Amino acid sequence: MNLLQLTGEHLLIVVVAVTIAIAAGVPLGTLAHRRRRAGGIALRVTDAVQTIPSLAMFGFLIPLPILGGIGPRPAIVALVLYSLLPIVRSTLVGLQRVDPHVREAATAMGMTDRQLLWSIELPLATPTIVAGIRIAAVTAIGVATIAAAVGGGGLGTLIFRGVAMVDTRLILSGALPAALLALVADFVLTRVERHFARRRGEG
Amino acid sequence: MTDIIEYRDVTVTAPDLTILDHISLRIAAGERVAFLGRSGAGKTTALKLINALVKPTSGSILIEGTEPHDLVALRRRIGYVMQQPALFPHRSVFDNIATVPRLLGWDEARIQERAAELMRQLELPLERFASRFPRALSGGEQQRVAIARALIGAPSILLCDEPFSALDPLIRVELQTMLINAARDTTLVFVTHDVREALRIAQRIIVFDAGRIIADATPDGLRKHEHPLVRRFIASVECGDG
Repeated sequence: MNLLQLTGEHLLIVVVAVTIAIAAGVPLGTLAHRRRRAGGIALRVTDAVQTIPSLAMFGFLIPLPILGGIGPRPAIVALVLYSLLPIVRSTLVGLQRVDPHVREAATAMGMTDRQLLWSIELPLATPTIVAGIRIAAVTAIGVATIAAAVGGGGLGTLIFRGVAMVDTRLILSGALPAALLALVADFVLTRVERHFARRRGEG
Repeated sequence: MTDIIEYRDVTVTAPDLTILDHISLRIAAGERVAFLGRSGAGKTTALKLINALVKPTSGSILIEGTEPHDLVALRRRIGYVMQQPALFPHRSVFDNIATVPRLLGWDEARIQERAAELMRQLELPLERFASRFPRALSGGEQQRVAIARALIGAPSILLCDEPFSALDPLIRVELQTMLINAARDTTLVFVTHDVREALRIAQRIIVFDAGRIIADATPDGLRKHEHPLVRRFIASVECGDG
């Protein structure tokens, strides 16, 4: 397999996983903000998931039906679970940071809860949420290298092969592109974050 | 005159604390009323009962003769200005001002026309300010946008909670005059701890202390009022340090 194809695989796994984590994490974070108890539970569960060592996580997933097994699927499941915490937490923090006076003004103008959420709270929380997505993405790019252990493919394939053959150059040929991917993702998402912060009126 | 706001034996309590203690009060349509009192007297709570940001523990609030059930619809008919301008930082000045009309489903041409008229009264030319963002405005300018935002829907009631107390004294007087002009057709309820401001703005001044109403008088009546706290308020103006 050539490097380009492995990088593509790697990126695909990360993008799919982070996208799913955003789709689940932002609503969860919003729920955590609205309903304190449900939110507390959601945070504790995602917190606990975060503490599972990644190699063990992939191991746990192998025997599971549907979600687990061998290949890219368990890799994506594991990455979704790891990405949830930063996204849920940043959504919650972003919503909590909305100026209570701004919220009061919106309510006093006759916005419904839904209008308040969509037109005031979420737009104002967006830079913070994007910061969480950035952390999730950068982490996922690193953790995804371990996905090769369960046949998930990606740049980890080269690293594991290099470790087995005690071939430093082979290890580096997987590790360096992975590190580069992480740096690029960090750079791009930082720009996105700043763009939203400026629009929010902070820039 | 018909009563637009009526408090019927309203009590508001918080744990271990009575904020308002059996308040009854009627405000007629078109009146300019000031709620005056020291901090913690209950005047802000009394104000927030009107747009249902605070609910009474007992008693009831009638708006235009009925107890409102649809609070969202009620709030769209009531303007509200706080000490903090609390503009939406991610929206331009125009979009801030257009909030209520858009909720009410006005067409953009009507919003534009009404916004321009209000901004002229508030001496903040729309063509120069419309596309600016709140962060680029001074405190006084932000508060004028907040007033325009509160008045654009032609509310029947305008509530103001110490809107000028964070501004410097010269701008304050200027804005008081602008507010009275811009809110001519509206019932105005204005919370302040500043007697001078109450005397300048209101036709009727209601003095709160420890959750009760201790005086309800015209500016002239207030100057002659005998309650010791009212005397102290008035004395503070006459000494020139109010």
